[in-house]
Amino acid sequence: MVIWDGLSQAFSLIITRDPAMMQIIWMSLLVSGVSVLLASAAGIPLGTWLGLAPAHRVRWLAQILYTLMGLPPVLVGLFVYLLLSSAGPFGVLNLLFSPTAMILAQTILALPIVTGLTMIAVRSKDREIRDTAVSLGASAWQVALTIIREARLAITGAVVTGLGRLMAEVGAVMMVGGNIEGKTRVMTSAIVLETRRGNFEMAIGLGIVLLALAFIINSVLYRIQGVGRH
Amino acid sequence: MKTTNPWVRGWRLTVLVLLVLIVAAGCGQGGTLTSGGQDGTSQEPPQELKLATTTSTYDSGLLDEILPVFEEKYNYRVSVLSMGTGAALEVGKRGDADVLLVHAKDKERQLVQEGFFVDRQDVMYNDFVVVGPTDDPVGIKGSADAAAAFQQVAEKEAVFVSRGDDSGTHSKEKSIWKKAGTNPQGNWYQSVGQGMGDVLRMTSEQQGYTLTDRGTYIALRDKLNLVVLVEGDQALFNQYGIMVPNPEKNPHINYDGATALIQFFVSDEGQQLIAGFKQHGEQLFYPNAQ
Repeated sequence: MVIWDGLSQAFSLIITRDPAMMQIIWMSLLVSGVSVLLASAAGIPLGTWLGLAPAHRVRWLAQILYTLMGLPPVLVGLFVYLLLSSAGPFGVLNLLFSPTAMILAQTILALPIVTGLTMIAVRSKDREIRDTAVSLGASAWQVALTIIREARLAITGAVVTGLGRLMAEVGAVMMVGGNIEGKTRVMTSAIVLETRRGNFEMAIGLGIVLLALAFIINSVLYRIQGVGRH
Repeated sequence: MKTTNPWVRGWRLTVLVLLVLIVAAGCGQGGTLTSGGQDGTSQEPPQELKLATTTSTYDSGLLDEILPVFEEKYNYRVSVLSMGTGAALEVGKRGDADVLLVHAKDKERQLVQEGFFVDRQDVMYNDFVVVGPTDDPVGIKGSADAAAAFQQVAEKEAVFVSRGDDSGTHSKEKSIWKKAGTNPQGNWYQSVGQGMGDVLRMTSEQQGYTLTDRGTYIALRDKLNLVVLVEGDQALFNQYGIMVPNPEKNPHINYDGATALIQFFVSDEGQQLIAGFKQHGEQLFYPNAQ
């Protein structure tokens, strides 16, 4: 049966550390990892600011944010493609079909997710902590830091959610990366290609490797959360 | 503020882990670069060449066989962008690829006339076939008239799955419907907007009919429950051409590399490689460069 063949394919891929697969795994980690880092660097402060602002004042911003959390990856891919295309405004940078283009698209995808979930995390902590901090004479900056610290579990969750979406995403990376072998091929686009080629066993094998990878990453992040809880 | 705060430690660890990943990823890339250099004999690093092509040439494995020979001989590294012919033509028009290998001869010629592409040459051909269920409820088996077969499918309203993606295969399908004088509409006609492999799979699952290039069908045959019903019609001829985005409009493209690749494809060596490429013991493409 195809699924069992896929499972044994996954084992042989892992045991032999198939060099093509290792390259694909690194590219997935690199692109999605850097993207989620960039999105967090911008999204956590932004989400905190939105979360601390009075809800009625930023309501329309929040609504836009919630909408953008559902951005279809292919649409983002097409947008970034048109920007970076040599006929487009940033064509001279010659970035199309490169890992940089993929990072750009994935950062756009992850930014609303990290920002939105951070905003929710901050709001859920906001009231009593802010009142306490202010009563202790904290500055606005110190209030923000205190709340981020208090909401760290949910914020880590926001980052993990963003990373999960990016690792599983295929539309945008395929569009702006081009799925070039040895250069811009990632786990998900390799799965699409193998499926299209009729190599279902290999596609399922790669899928199992991707899931195993996600499990390892989540375990590591979970441990980090655990460390913070002591 | 205490820096031994456990939360700060946790985030330090996160950043550390991510940095390690990034560095490791960099090493991974370095590894492939070195191995790429080992098999090249010349000192110069290979020049990059972007080839936009249709899924049929790449997914069938043809390019995996031909391009390494070209890369070694002329010191290029060819990045293959595999997509539908419609997308490949659009990418080429925008100057985002250096050379195109596609199969929509009428459209290609039109775009050459409009000045988007130059140096178009025929490379090879294969043929389209109409496939369907073994028991063939519509009864088109053995026919050599694709248009008549399409008409029968429409009359019986048997499931017909269409690429619906402006690919070369879709263009061909539309031209056959036109020849049949039928405008396919209704629940039986499914325009799915997917690649050939996906369309074949959907057709097989529903035991319907579709038009496919022979190469993709042969490559996937073992996984499908479909047989060839109509073949040999002149209208089912499938010509592949190679061409370059107009260098006057796209000065940044690698025109020399594109020219070298075209020369290689139409050379005796390239044509022999095409003829010798087999999948499941069958020849998939027939060289016909002039």
